Amino acid sequence: MIDDILNFLDPYWWLIIGVVKAVIIAVGLLSTVPLLVWLERRLMGRFQVRLGPNRVGPFGLVQPMVDAIKLLFKENIVQKSADKFLFYLAPAIVVFTAIVTFSAIPFGEPFEVGGETIGLWGANLNIGLLFIFAVSSMGIYGIVIAGFSSNNKYSLMGGLRSSAQMISYELTLGLTALCVVIMSGSLNLYDIVKSQSSMPYAIPLFPAFVLFFIAGVAETNRAPFDLPEAEQELVAGFFTEYSGMKFAMFFMGEYVNMITMSALVTVLFLGGWNSYIPGLDIPILVFAFKVFLLLCVFIWLRSTFPRIRYDRLMTFGWKILLPSSLVIMLVYSAVKVYSLSA
Amino acid sequence: MIQAVIKGAYNLLVGLGVTFKNMLSKPVTFQYPEQKRVMPDRYRGRHFLNRDEDGMERCIGCSLCSVNCPVGCIHVVAAENDPDNPVSKGERYAEVYEINLLRCIYCGYCEEACPVDAVVLREHYELADYDRKKYIATKGDLLVYPEPNQFSVNFLGNTKIVNK
Repeated sequence: MIDDILNFLDPYWWLIIGVVKAVIIAVGLLSTVPLLVWLERRLMGRFQVRLGPNRVGPFGLVQPMVDAIKLLFKENIVQKSADKFLFYLAPAIVVFTAIVTFSAIPFGEPFEVGGETIGLWGANLNIGLLFIFAVSSMGIYGIVIAGFSSNNKYSLMGGLRSSAQMISYELTLGLTALCVVIMSGSLNLYDIVKSQSSMPYAIPLFPAFVLFFIAGVAETNRAPFDLPEAEQELVAGFFTEYSGMKFAMFFMGEYVNMITMSALVTVLFLGGWNSYIPGLDIPILVFAFKVFLLLCVFIWLRSTFPRIRYDRLMTFGWKILLPSSLVIMLVYSAVKVYSLSA
Repeated sequence: MIQAVIKGAYNLLVGLGVTFKNMLSKPVTFQYPEQKRVMPDRYRGRHFLNRDEDGMERCIGCSLCSVNCPVGCIHVVAAENDPDNPVSKGERYAEVYEINLLRCIYCGYCEEACPVDAVVLREHYELADYDRKKYIATKGDLLVYPEPNQFSVNFLGNTKIVNK
């Protein structure tokens, strides 16, 4: 009986492993979000010389769970003039694209269990980087649809701002990531990490690293580039009309995007799971530590810088970031060509 | 232009440094219900009525506090002192002294107007309650502060406990 089942399953192990990995990644990612919310609130508190939430549970760790329960039980308000289908679709798109983006990121060496090689990634794609950019820019649809379907001028403005911002910063993101692709000669993120085994690209490609990080902050709609949701001016921007769990899903999308962007910076520029310190060789922990540091930097930036005005945001994106990233890319490709021909 | 870029980047880094320094400094938070703040001397919290050195009420029922009150939250009814058994040192005393603490704006004008330093605003700031009726502070509520409660107002207007 059991042998029959095993025989039947034998050709499908790759599928089962894939499903298990998908579940682990999705659940793991979504359960990291409350911790990240906690981290952000605590760290923001410390940056502002206060304590942050510390009442619910030890060090306030239960606070985000309690918040999640509160949000789950909130009344679900949909105004009459909203486009119901799109209104429900938008948060789903945001969370879906955020999780799918992360699935292409490798976070450790593959290992073998019972003859099957299990890689620590959702999918090891040849076009990993391209896939990530493609899917993460799909997230814009979620935001634009949210603003559009709410039938509220402020939401619409938030959505439009967001789409304009994300489109213009994606160019910089792509061009600076291209520097890494030029240096490593591969779009595969696993190969990119492998090619950094002696030195992380952040050192030779430092300007590209800085520009990528700035564009990444803008891409994830984080302060100081959080114009789409600008709490003070647009009352949460594109998700003004959302309440309860749908509201929480936008938040979840933002935080998952933050994790993905940190993971992407880690993979592209900080050498992924290479520790560079002999003896400290636990790939997943090294990777997690780098991502954690970058997340702290995200929060640090948020608590330091005021929001940029919209026209300056666009000027900064198109007139400063884009040309300089173009120049940097050309310089590095020239260096690469020279080193190949020499 | 490059100079401007470098200067701008430097300024951003300075900002980051400031917040980083803040992170390492001690938080200014008071863990409120467990850890109560010591309010400054001149803090204008809840009202109290003073007694003098002999334990008699200072209030002479002149109603100047009531007259001075910008929101009219003080109600004073004066009565003649019984010479054999006086309540205050003056000719009269306050038979009824009520303050509506919900209406009061804690401006401290009553304290300033009082000619005998009878009514004072002290550092008590925990004024929340569930019952509106408890906010009408009568003489019984106002005279309770540490017995015998003797305060003086110095030239700055600071109220202080006078130790014997």
